[in-house]
Amino acid sequence: MKRGLPGWAQRLRVTLWTLIVPPATWAVHFLFAYLWAAINCAKVGRFATFPTLFVAGTVAALLVILASGWIAWQQSRVPGDPAPHEESTDIDRLRFLAKSTLLLSGLSFVAVIFTALPVVFIGDCR
Amino acid sequence: MRQAAVSVGLLAFLSGCNRHQSALATFGAEAEGIRTITIALVVGAVFIIAIMVGIYWRAVRAPEGQLTHKQGMRLVLWLGGIGPTILLTVILIFALPAMRPRVTAPGDLTIHVEGEQFWWRVGYERPGGGVLVAANEVRVPVGRTVAFELTGRDVIHSFWIPGLAGKMDMIPGRTNSLVARADKPGRYRGVCTEFCGLSHALMAFDVIAMEPAAFYAWLADQSRPAAGARQGQGAQLFAANGCGGCHAIRGTEHDARIGPDLSRYGDRLTLGAGILPPTIERTADFIRAPQDAKPGVRMPAYPQLSHQEARAIAVYLKGLK
Ligand code: HEC
Ligand SMILES: [Cu+2]
Repeated sequence: MKRGLPGWAQRLRVTLWTLIVPPATWAVHFLFAYLWAAINCAKVGRFATFPTLFVAGTVAALLVILASGWIAWQQSRVPGDPAPHEESTDIDRLRFLAKSTLLLSGLSFVAVIFTALPVVFIGDCR
Repeated sequence: MRQAAVSVGLLAFLSGCNRHQSALATFGAEAEGIRTITIALVVGAVFIIAIMVGIYWRAVRAPEGQLTHKQGMRLVLWLGGIGPTILLTVILIFALPAMRPRVTAPGDLTIHVEGEQFWWRVGYERPGGGVLVAANEVRVPVGRTVAFELTGRDVIHSFWIPGLAGKMDMIPGRTNSLVARADKPGRYRGVCTEFCGLSHALMAFDVIAMEPAAFYAWLADQSRPAAGARQGQGAQLFAANGCGGCHAIRGTEHDARIGPDLSRYGDRLTLGAGILPPTIERTADFIRAPQDAKPGVRMPAYPQLSHQEARAIAVYLKGLK
């Protein structure tokens, strides 16, 4: 097991709250996409060729999800009890939550991209 | 016996086959795009099902111990996670452009259509200004971008010309825009696709795609009143029975806008919003008892008219061309 940089990530506290960070980011980005399109159409009337604010928001959401996923990945590799990691010990609870968070961040990452694509592709206020 | 059952079952599929009203028999660019996506998705789905069946077949028949847990997990990761993600992304990017409305330029034809229980009010913006009001029939020039401005009068309706473009809801108090381009001249059909009342299934309309020159000549010609709009027994009966309280006929004092405009009823291809042949007999029957043709219809019955009188009105209306 590598020591050093990932060490801090592995020591971060893990709760059910950290588990919902990726899907919550997805939800906020979803709302952001709707609000951005509505305000943009009402105020400007058309889409810019390069919607800077929207792209920035999407990149920010992706970064949050990536960070959360990376931390979860580190935590899911914390050495401890042998497989199959299903005892009610601290280390197994950590690994379970970390693995779930990792899977959720994968899903949320794809979902944010799928939300962003229509905005960029349709780009029409009618 | 079994063969008969199968053929009857297959017949049900054929009922969708007609070239006037089918999303597969397209005459417009938008519908063509939708058809391409549909075919790609169906073919792709069949292909994927075949692959899945193949894998299943192999997994079930593999001898004991030949497949490992690790292989299985790798299969789940690639075929259950990464593969579908890539595939869905490709499909999304492939399908999204079809949702972007065609660009309109100033000078493109705009047609206003209002859905009303159970007929269609149609208004063509004339190139010189003003709007030509018509009903239950939509004419479009081929090769030209046409913007439909759609709304509902009473309840929600939905405007669908399957061969031309996708559906668009007609919502009271809101105008939805649908942009399309017809590519092949001909006679087609559109329907209401949002349940709107008893005669919802009897709310259709004719669509005629014409060469642009013919279309604009038609548009100019429609604006002049029909010859004979004022003469004859039929015209008198029409006025005497208060038909003008709901219907308009250009060139007469009747200009009400509650029912369909009848200025050029003689040119219509159908009667009662795309459902009946517009013969004199059918028109006379419709005038005396419209609810027999369309349950819940918003036009009162005229049983007090004799058959002969209803016929006289029908002859008069048929002459409006
Ligand atoms: C209360 C308003 C009202 C009155 C009065 C009325 N109509 Fe109508 N009429 C309608 C409406 C609404 C429709 C559309 C019915 C439908 O298709 O759902 C209609 C449809 C028709 C149609 C078919 C139009 C088409 O586009 O196919 C004819 C023909 C017609 N009316 C003739 C008459 C005649 C003749 C009279 C007088 C004897 C009359 N109407 C009186 C409201 C009225
Ligand atoms: Cu309807």
